[in-house]
Amino acid sequence: MIQHPGILALLVASGIVSLLLAAAGWQGFRILRGWDLRSGSEVQLDLERRTYLVSTLVANALLIQILSLFLFIFTAEGLHNQFVGAMCAAGSLAVNAYGYPTLLMKVATCLLAGVWLVLHRADTQGYDYPLIRPKYLLLLILVPLVLTETWLQLSYLTGLKADVMTSCCGSLFGQGRQGFAAELAGLPPRLMQPVFWGTFAALLGAGFLLLRFRRGGGLFSALSLTFLLVAVTALISFFCLYIYELPTHHCPFCLLQREYGFVGYPLYATLLGGAIAGLGVGALAFFRDRESLTAVLPTLQAHLAWTTLLLAVIFTLIVGVWMALSPLRL
Amino acid sequence: MRPSLQRYRNILDFALSSLLRRKGRNLALISVYTLVVFVIASLVFFVQALKREAHELLAQAPDMVVQRMVAGRHDPVPLAQVEAIRSIRGVDEVQARLWGYYYDPVFGGNLTVLATEDAALAPDAIWIGQGVARSMRVKEGDLIPLRGYDGQSTLFSIQKVLPESSELVSSDLVLMAPKDVRALFHFPEGLATDLAIQAGNPRELPTIAAKIVELFPDSRPILKSEILRTYEAVFDWRGGLMVVVLGSAVLSFIIFAWDKATGLSAEERKEIGVLKSLGWESSDVLLLKFWEGTVISVTAFLTGVLLAYAHVFFFSASLFEHALKGWSVLFPRFRLIPALDGYQLTVLFFLTVLPYTAATLVPSWRAATVDPDAAMRS
Repeated sequence: MIQHPGILALLVASGIVSLLLAAAGWQGFRILRGWDLRSGSEVQLDLERRTYLVSTLVANALLIQILSLFLFIFTAEGLHNQFVGAMCAAGSLAVNAYGYPTLLMKVATCLLAGVWLVLHRADTQGYDYPLIRPKYLLLLILVPLVLTETWLQLSYLTGLKADVMTSCCGSLFGQGRQGFAAELAGLPPRLMQPVFWGTFAALLGAGFLLLRFRRGGGLFSALSLTFLLVAVTALISFFCLYIYELPTHHCPFCLLQREYGFVGYPLYATLLGGAIAGLGVGALAFFRDRESLTAVLPTLQAHLAWTTLLLAVIFTLIVGVWMALSPLRL
Repeated sequence: MRPSLQRYRNILDFALSSLLRRKGRNLALISVYTLVVFVIASLVFFVQALKREAHELLAQAPDMVVQRMVAGRHDPVPLAQVEAIRSIRGVDEVQARLWGYYYDPVFGGNLTVLATEDAALAPDAIWIGQGVARSMRVKEGDLIPLRGYDGQSTLFSIQKVLPESSELVSSDLVLMAPKDVRALFHFPEGLATDLAIQAGNPRELPTIAAKIVELFPDSRPILKSEILRTYEAVFDWRGGLMVVVLGSAVLSFIIFAWDKATGLSAEERKEIGVLKSLGWESSDVLLLKFWEGTVISVTAFLTGVLLAYAHVFFFSASLFEHALKGWSVLFPRFRLIPALDGYQLTVLFFLTVLPYTAATLVPSWRAATVDPDAAMRS
């Protein structure tokens, strides 16, 4: 392992997140098992009090998780010059088999935790804890995922070994790693351009349908997740070429660097936020018929849908304007 | 102002006034917190500044250095290799370097003696670095004796003291003519200490290095990128090691914070009881606790970071300079260039604020869900 302060920070963060979520999961399990709203027993009162604890723990854990997603990428970025052949985070993540799985798990847990918070928000609006069961079931799914993510990250970070000089042989040129995916290949822009703009249009259409006719929450949700995937693929395939002004550089991580005005942060933040809100719309759609929620759910869904649409438009505006102003023409 | 924002503002106001009411206790907490942030921040800033310094220094270094190994030890290189290496495709320039260390018994330090072909150097004269001038208490125009290999001293006149701006590289340097170096060390003709190679395209360096090893199997090429990588690893390792050592300090701070947060005074319990009987909900009290924690964390974090900045960049990190920089009789004096970026601040935030926040979550929930009547009666 490399004793880099950033690595230690990541380990501390994932330790804390695991601890918080494991505690929240345990409380959630107790709540699921003993919950009986009609009872006025001491146990039930205690469980109701514990819901505050769980939501505080999960909210904090989610915040840390999102921050640590960015810290993870940034640390991988900063470590690249310690590995022969790595040009940026793309190379450092490929140093061992755990790098990319950790990144994917981090994104997945961020999305799920976001959906959990949306459910929690809806739950607090109803007077009778209408979503208590689905909420805590989701939490029980989230906990093992976060623990897995912590384990993956630990395996990744402890498996890192800097290629430093040795006294017997100065150069490491002989043992350069093979199959080092320092450059991610992108899908052809000719294919991805229509797919991206098509998905964007479909998302706007579904948003209109949802906001105007209050229908198609599930569709909107699926499209918002698709938009996240398509947008990242499109970013790798062609948007980043305009940003780097290089027809061959397909890297999703260099966008986060100072040279490109840190544009990656707003881009990924809008994508992640949009997907969380969009998934929240779909998750809430399952519970439209809960009596205590019929009044508040449509408003909440509309807010979330607006958030998704707004963030998608901001994303598209940033990349679109950059593309239009870039001197590169494909 | 929107009512929801107004609510946040009011709760923040209340949090500030309740923090002020318990001044002594909170000041104790903030000072310990600040101290923890200060120590870790100094470390992170210092390591980062050293790394940057190393980068800037090595920017001027040759792309590759070729040494010769005999029985696993560094040995002089025959000058005949220069031409052979120069003819490798991609090599721009090969320079045979002649240098060595000279131990001065008077002040007990090692000087680096380097041959220079600079035409400005007068015969029998030398140029010295600031560190040498300082420890030998000499100035331009003075004469200094250097003891040769045979015990005979030779007098050299100091023609120039190298400028302070280059001190980090030149502190212990003595520059003299090649013939003087050879005479001083009895260094045989036709040999050099090592070869410095510049290549047009840095991507070709590994190939060039491979060809050199093929031509001269006893040689050891060292790339600039490897030196950089090693420096990074060493600095990271030293910094990380210190952070691990300081981990115990953070841990005790967390226990302290946990203890402070758990031990609600009777007065505080009463206060929360009154608030709740006035109609505050548990979530409002949680928000209040959140704001209190935020105010404490932000104050301690900012103060700690500012103090650490002053410590590292104005006072050269005098507290743990020796642990991190290494030491030597002829150590260069230099002031680090201030460098601060969002990444370091985030790392610092993760290492200090997150553990504090996590430690106070459960106690604040306990405080927030206290029963109003029980709290007021107790």
